[in-house]
Amino acid sequence: MATFFGEVLSVYSRAVEEDDDDLDDENEDERIHREIEEKREVHIVWCPEVAQSLEDSGSNTLQCSDLIIAVGTNAAGFLSAYVLNTESWDAVGHVSLWNERSRGSSRQSIAPLPGEPACLFYRHRDNPAVLVCQSTCYIAEDQLFQWTEKVFGCLQKRGLSVMVLSDSPVAEYKTPDYLYGSAVPFLRSLKSSASKGQALCPALEQPNILTGLPAAVLSHCQVHQIPAVLYQCYTDVISPDSITMETYKPALLCLSKLVKLEPCLSADVLRKFAIITEAQSNLYT
Amino acid sequence: MMFVAAECTPTSFKDFTLIMPAISVGNVGQLAVDLIVSTLNMCRVGYIHTDCLIPMAGNNPYATFAENANDLSTNAEVYSSPELRLAVLQIRTPIIQTKSKKFCKLMVSWIKASGFSRTVVLSSSHAYQRDDQQLLGSPLRYLQTPSMQKLTGDRLKEMEWKEMETVSTFPGVTDSEQRLYIPGGGATKGLFTDSCAEDIPLVVVLIFCSEGDNIPDAFTLLNHLNTWLHLVDAPAQTQPKWRIPASWRLLFGSGIPPALF
Repeated sequence: MATFFGEVLSVYSRAVEEDDDDLDDENEDERIHREIEEKREVHIVWCPEVAQSLEDSGSNTLQCSDLIIAVGTNAAGFLSAYVLNTESWDAVGHVSLWNERSRGSSRQSIAPLPGEPACLFYRHRDNPAVLVCQSTCYIAEDQLFQWTEKVFGCLQKRGLSVMVLSDSPVAEYKTPDYLYGSAVPFLRSLKSSASKGQALCPALEQPNILTGLPAAVLSHCQVHQIPAVLYQCYTDVISPDSITMETYKPALLCLSKLVKLEPCLSADVLRKFAIITEAQSNLYT
Repeated sequence: MMFVAAECTPTSFKDFTLIMPAISVGNVGQLAVDLIVSTLNMCRVGYIHTDCLIPMAGNNPYATFAENANDLSTNAEVYSSPELRLAVLQIRTPIIQTKSKKFCKLMVSWIKASGFSRTVVLSSSHAYQRDDQQLLGSPLRYLQTPSMQKLTGDRLKEMEWKEMETVSTFPGVTDSEQRLYIPGGGATKGLFTDSCAEDIPLVVVLIFCSEGDNIPDAFTLLNHLNTWLHLVDAPAQTQPKWRIPASWRLLFGSGIPPALF
């Protein structure tokens, strides 16, 4: 394509890869494809107690009333600060997967190290039907469907409801008005058809869409008629940040009905989680 | 998993016509399908739930008022209009590249199992890869499977539609083998060849186009299709009126900071 000034630009298609038209010669590569697929498989690793109760259940599923999924460092930080801050939560499992951007979490048997991008499950001691998942690692497009199939495969569908908290850069938010700095960060919601409750913030407006793990989870819930609600926070800060984390506060109202929360609603708690990355990114330390 | 019916809607597609897009250059097929669903006010009756597509979720792309704006929609949904005996599949995300073959297989087996009387694939192909004979005249082409040929006979030819040309495998060599070549057509060729093999009545209607603002291409393709299927009535010599859905807003990004001016 030539521009107005005559430079020739190569244009990439939004829709198709240029080399996807001839797939005829793939037979000889099938073995390689299969090996890659095996390598990219998603594994859910439960701790021995949960694995045992999965086996004992007969249907190979856990009784779960609420699944709370946090995707992204801010959403995960928010849960760490407000929900997982008491002693009564146990780490009960993790997801192990391999892709170009998450190589570390391929060690299946070993739980991820603290601070390492990962996907971890927690369970409340007094109310084991509440499951929390913190996902801070990158999950590739071809692994998302499998992730939802495997995680939801471990849970009883009956009586389950899902809440997703997710981070997103504000640059991805489309609006006819120009967004001023003071308006950011803000929260938008999306519900599956089975979810009857009122959302705590405005709905996500068309033409905005979700992608990644939140989209995969919501699609799964929509198709399987599981009530699910998502709170997406649009922020202009990439690193964990206390103001962004605080944006999720409306969700606490729902969470406090599920489990007893410590009444420590101060910004200091959030700052603790933000500071960890701040120190590393400082040029002078 | 494949087709999942939406809550409490009994679905039968027996003898329905299916229209679906191929994910192809400029997303023309998908845009055209959006126009059909929006204009005919079609109801969602189910989802195609598969690992072959990249996940996506959003609110109702065809919202007409506040009450129906907050219906969750997914990456592939099936809409139906029983009185027109028409089903439309919309696909909103690309096919995962390594799963293109699997996707074609799944689609063809679903089409077969659902009992559609005929299937129309709306597609597009790179305009810059046309050969000399394709450069002149209409940019619109069609392809039909042998079992579709049996069904419609020479109907499309009589309407002066042009069949997609085959190209020689080794250009310049006389008598070289001819093959079907749809650059930028994504799964179009796979769907077509699989349908030929499975004896499915299927037509591909495609347009040569380039990446950019492809809304005009979608209208051209759809008006062309309408001359055959008469989805929307149009008085002679006029173009049918298609309704642009709400989700087409802001195709070129958000508002501009007013401080610029």
